[in-house]
Amino acid sequence: MRAQFVLSEIGVGLRRNLTMTFAVIVSVALSLALFGGSLLMSDQVSQMKGYWYEKVNVSIFLCNKSDAESDPNCAKGAVTTEQKNQIKSDLNKMSVVDDVAYESQDEAYKHYKEQFGDSPLASSLTPDQMQESYRIKLKDPEKYQVIASAFNGRDGVQSVQDQKGILDSLFRLLGYLNWAARGVMAVMLIVALLLIVNTVRVSAFSRRRETGIMRLVGASGFYIQAPFIMEAAVAGIIGGTIACAFLILGQYFVIDNGVSLSTNLPLINFVGWDAVLTKLPLILAASFLMPALAAFFTLRKYLKV
Amino acid sequence: MIRFDNVSKVYPKQTRPALRDVSLEVEKGEFVFLVGSSGSGKSTFLRLVLREERCSQGQVHVLGKDLARLSNWKVPQMRRQLGTVFQDFRLLPNKTVAENVAFAQEVIGKSRGEIRKSVPQVLDLVGLGGKEERMPGELSGGEQQRVAIARAFVNRPRLLIADEPTGNLDPQTSVGIMKLLDRINRTGTTVVMATHDQNIVDQMRKRVIELEKGRLVRDQARGVYGYQH
Repeated sequence: MRAQFVLSEIGVGLRRNLTMTFAVIVSVALSLALFGGSLLMSDQVSQMKGYWYEKVNVSIFLCNKSDAESDPNCAKGAVTTEQKNQIKSDLNKMSVVDDVAYESQDEAYKHYKEQFGDSPLASSLTPDQMQESYRIKLKDPEKYQVIASAFNGRDGVQSVQDQKGILDSLFRLLGYLNWAARGVMAVMLIVALLLIVNTVRVSAFSRRRETGIMRLVGASGFYIQAPFIMEAAVAGIIGGTIACAFLILGQYFVIDNGVSLSTNLPLINFVGWDAVLTKLPLILAASFLMPALAAFFTLRKYLKV
Repeated sequence: MIRFDNVSKVYPKQTRPALRDVSLEVEKGEFVFLVGSSGSGKSTFLRLVLREERCSQGQVHVLGKDLARLSNWKVPQMRRQLGTVFQDFRLLPNKTVAENVAFAQEVIGKSRGEIRKSVPQVLDLVGLGGKEERMPGELSGGEQQRVAIARAFVNRPRLLIADEPTGNLDPQTSVGIMKLLDRINRTGTTVVMATHDQNIVDQMRKRVIELEKGRLVRDQARGVYGYQH
């Protein structure tokens, strides 16, 4: 196999089919950018769900020392051991409660660190600024009000939060967005595949003279097909590179700088560069494997060997 | 070289067979004319030898191999030992004469050095020395066919298949092409040539195989184009 010969064939093929090649590149770039975006959105959602999201329905946050100074709910000072024991035993008596977990300040600090990592808010925090809490799993998630009315305003209780209720609507929205992105991706992917099939078909047809002669002089099937497959793969990998650029630019301009969601919405911990960078090899691999396979199966039909 | 045992070929969606029960053998070093009117089965015969088609019945042996049992991926290996020449030359118009001949060696992975050595050699043999850098469009029909023969012969095949190589050429040019094919035959290469050219067949006095409606109707050593009635 002579590399130079194959490379020159690829160049000729791509230039001869410039418009189709361009269409393939654009559709591959868009579909794979959406693919990467949808993966990142899933990452974002699971990151926002944090430690307790899947496990509990309601959280009772208890007063700590700093709350005692600033929060009117905690005017009677930080929570005491007796108050905690009282809350715990009351919770255990309630029939709507399925399970109760206690989170100490240290554990709260640890979970917070895990979720928010190196955000500026997290780094200025110390464990004794965290609140102790009871995390409650309900038998029926709708029964939040029972807990809220029983514990809101009690001494030592700072607040009762139906976290899951608040977050669920947001996650539902993100989920819909994600499915929409995947839907568009699927359509773009089909468009990309059809374009590749057609490009390869046209390419094979316009070079049937060469391939016919190659066949007669005994070129192997692989040797005849390689330029076409490589052509599709080269167009695909250009599209994949563009898709990667989209993701990098998106992360840079929407989250880090420019629109700068990370500074404008400091309470949301956005996915970082590590999440973006791990998606890039996946996208590049898909960008040349997919067209190469599509070309291979097209050639089996349209290029007799 | 070539052996047909009771070979029949029916193309899909056709009832009349293109070849019916043809048996023959071509020995190493022979020069064979294949004659017959259009639709007599000449092209089918050649396509079976090149294994562009498989026969419906019987057995085709080429270069000692049973083509029915030759797996698809081994077909290129077999074709490298065959040379093919066609009526329409089948040259690449955007490559020079030398590049057209070199193409046959490039696609089977011959080294650059080998190509540089063998291309001028074979072009000299066909009488095109000095025209290496010309484009096929600048050449006469006879010269183009010589390029095609050079390409077919550059890998030193054991068998040369020619499908009406003089069909597009005037009688005088045709004689030149026939002399060339005869010379190639004398190097030990078996030549099978399908033709309509009566003069050539009558002059050469080689073995003649005649097909009619797919049947072998004549196989004559030192034959002529047709029976004189």
